[in-house]
Amino acid sequence: MGLLDYFRGTKTDSAAVAKERLQILVAHERAERNKPDYLPMLQKELLEVIRKYVNVGQEAITVTMEKDDNREVLELNVVLPEPPDSHEPRAKRKRS
Amino acid sequence: MARIIVVTSGKGGVGKTTTSAAFATGLALKGFRTAVIDFDVGLRNLDLIMGCERRVVYDFVNVINQEATLNQALIRDKRCDNLFILPASQTRDKDSLTTDGVERVLNEMGETFDYIVCDSPAGIERGATLAMYFADDAIVVTNPEVSSVRDSDRMLGILASKSRRAESGAEPIKEYLLLTRYSPERAKLGEMLSVDDVQEILSLHLLGVIPDSKAVLNASNSGAPVILDEKSDAGQAYDDAVRRYLGEDVPHRFINLEKKGFMSRLFGG
Repeated sequence: MGLLDYFRGTKTDSAAVAKERLQILVAHERAERNKPDYLPMLQKELLEVIRKYVNVGQEAITVTMEKDDNREVLELNVVLPEPPDSHEPRAKRKRS
Repeated sequence: MARIIVVTSGKGGVGKTTTSAAFATGLALKGFRTAVIDFDVGLRNLDLIMGCERRVVYDFVNVINQEATLNQALIRDKRCDNLFILPASQTRDKDSLTTDGVERVLNEMGETFDYIVCDSPAGIERGATLAMYFADDAIVVTNPEVSSVRDSDRMLGILASKSRRAESGAEPIKEYLLLTRYSPERAKLGEMLSVDDVQEILSLHLLGVIPDSKAVLNASNSGAPVILDEKSDAGQAYDDAVRRYLGEDVPHRFINLEKKGFMSRLFGG
């Protein structure tokens, strides 16, 4: 660090940003790879069953597995199509 | 029975071959009969870093295909009697490495060597996965840089699931972090992930920190592993790492900023 930098006292802290981004990403990717092998198959079969009754798209169903210290949670999330009279944008409903 | 060490990273250009060459040389200098194998079929470079590129006659794929014996293909290092290099093939397709073939060669080498260092290619294709598959220990070479850290974590996932040890339910591969191209100055300024940052993200046992050093390019220019440059910071850092690997308690160096004198503080540098 030269004299000018010393007086300017500037300190870039992009490393802190990098660390935070990596922590989030790595946690996410570890969770993904610890998923049991049967999840995609389960998701596919569940979708087939639901489609017998409701007309939903491929992307309308998500199956996730979460682990913490003493339990595993299998979460099934199905987004049902909006009723025909609704004018609310679809994307917004999906998020709720 | 030899202990098999894989040097891996996922990302390219982080220092796998530099590390393989230095580490294998370090083990051999400590008296262990050591071999270093280049798994980068089609893009061999270990021979160049080890300075034996003009002595390559047969290669790893020749031995796998039984076109040459192991002894014909192994190149004895000129500087160190108990160090041998098994070069990769430069012309063959990377699919010429087979699990059975690699296993057979490793088994044969295992009878006479103490350590076998496997220099993995970048990526996660066959050469890389086979270099990892039979490993007992893994040195994960990482630069303090986002894409390298992410790729290292990906390799940890593969080491934990797609290796002989994982598949047979044996004791898992021992994983070590080697942080390379590190600049304490830049880490202190907050421009570069620090050793602690990387360790916190990857939670791995730290084998060593290799400072970003001119000695590394000098070493590859001349074809002599950087660990032989005993006066250099990188050479010393590799020697420390080898000693730590062998169980010695060596304090970490090159992590913190050296105190600068008044003049260099004033004028930079």
